[in-house]
Amino acid sequence: MQPEFSYVLQQLMSGFGVTCTIFFLTLVMALPLGLLIAFGSMSNFKPVKLITRAFVWVIRGTPLMLQVIVVFYGPGLWFDTPVSSRLTAVVVAFVINYACYFSEIYRGGIESIARGQYEAGAVLGMTKTQIFFRVILLQVVKRIIPPMSNEIITLVKDTSLARVITVAELIKEAQEIVNIYGILWPIFFTAVFYLIFVGILTLLFNFLEKKLSYFKA
Amino acid sequence: MALLEVKNISKKFGSTSVLRDINFEVEKGEVLVLIGSSGSGKTTLLRCLNFLETPDTGTIVLNGETLVNAGAGVKRENENAVRKKRLHFGMVFQSFNLFPQYNVLRNVTLAMNMLSKESLKKPSPFKLSEIREYRKKCAEIYADNEKKALALIERVGLIDKINNYPCELSGGQCQRVAIARALALSPDILCFDEPTSALDPELTGEVLRVIKGLKSSDRTMIVVTHEMEFARGVADKVIFMSDGIIEETGTPEEVFGNPKSPKTRAFLSKAAEVV
Repeated sequence: MQPEFSYVLQQLMSGFGVTCTIFFLTLVMALPLGLLIAFGSMSNFKPVKLITRAFVWVIRGTPLMLQVIVVFYGPGLWFDTPVSSRLTAVVVAFVINYACYFSEIYRGGIESIARGQYEAGAVLGMTKTQIFFRVILLQVVKRIIPPMSNEIITLVKDTSLARVITVAELIKEAQEIVNIYGILWPIFFTAVFYLIFVGILTLLFNFLEKKLSYFKA
Repeated sequence: MALLEVKNISKKFGSTSVLRDINFEVEKGEVLVLIGSSGSGKTTLLRCLNFLETPDTGTIVLNGETLVNAGAGVKRENENAVRKKRLHFGMVFQSFNLFPQYNVLRNVTLAMNMLSKESLKKPSPFKLSEIREYRKKCAEIYADNEKKALALIERVGLIDKINNYPCELSGGQCQRVAIARALALSPDILCFDEPTSALDPELTGEVLRVIKGLKSSDRTMIVVTHEMEFARGVADKVIFMSDGIIEETGTPEEVFGNPKSPKTRAFLSKAAEVV
């Protein structure tokens, strides 16, 4: 028996909803957390710097899929407190992973700003915080938009890793249909969702880049 | 009493002595010009005055207030104390260091507004009347600052560029904005660190003219420059530095007209050589 197209679409839409949830939650939390990690890895206090860099090394050095598994099964296995929500486990793993990648992009951006900008702010009587937020940050944002958009686009597609702990995201939903009805096209059809999503993001990044093109940094 | 007294300033970077026992004084309204070859320590000296470097030894006294007393029981001062002290000095950098994301007017008013806002009493976040009062005061002060900034921008000849961004200006125009920005905080002493070294030859003139125009009885300036003609014209006092020490001090007539030290003579004749 062939399923109706509308039925397939409905199933895929529900999967896409989960995909979007993972994406937005990760983005909203990983962006600020990444900045925090970037500060840690640039800290003048050696222990903080070393621990942060070691942490980033571990997170970037192991597969995200493995991290999802560890976050989901780890607490139950080692601390006897099983994680009840699979989606939470996925989001936690994603936030940590992406925050580490973002932190390196932030660090590159921050370190690329000329020392003269800090000095100019300092001789004008600004505090370190004022210098960072009023002088440095926007220049950093402008510089990191291209690498950030790359990373964020990768995040859209990495959400498909959530199925490793059977979170019903887009690909997982499509696979279910494939398994039940023995047809292949729904799995191919998921590409349309990803393409449209990434298309919109690309437009958004272009818009941002244009918005900030009024100055050169 | 001199406005600025610098005594026994020394500074090492690693094992290299950049400044060795520097002593000089600046009177109010005086223009002091520092000359000397690259690496002689002029810039480091200016940076010590602006708290961008910390000298290893020595004192810096301004108007009787000891700003720096290095070597005497090294303690780290908190940020606010340093900020307050460094505001006695203004700095114009070789590479302008304008804030690229702000237009000309904003570059000049940014720090002014931040400082004036700080001087206001923060309103309680729960009292609407206080917040309203605070906002009103802020707006008034900002308007005042803007007026002052516009006057300074006019003074450096860029009143038609207030809404332009630094990337739309020439190097000379950028440097003039930087001068207005430094003047905006009314420093006791305005320092220039090779203000024309990053400029094309045809743009140096406009910047030097502005600096010359700032000379007045109550404005004290310290200028590091390689423009000898300008130095001679603008200086009340000239210091020639070589290898981290003050080789010669005097009026421009003395230093340029009749240099005593052989090193000064060698430097000046090299500087005068035309290719």
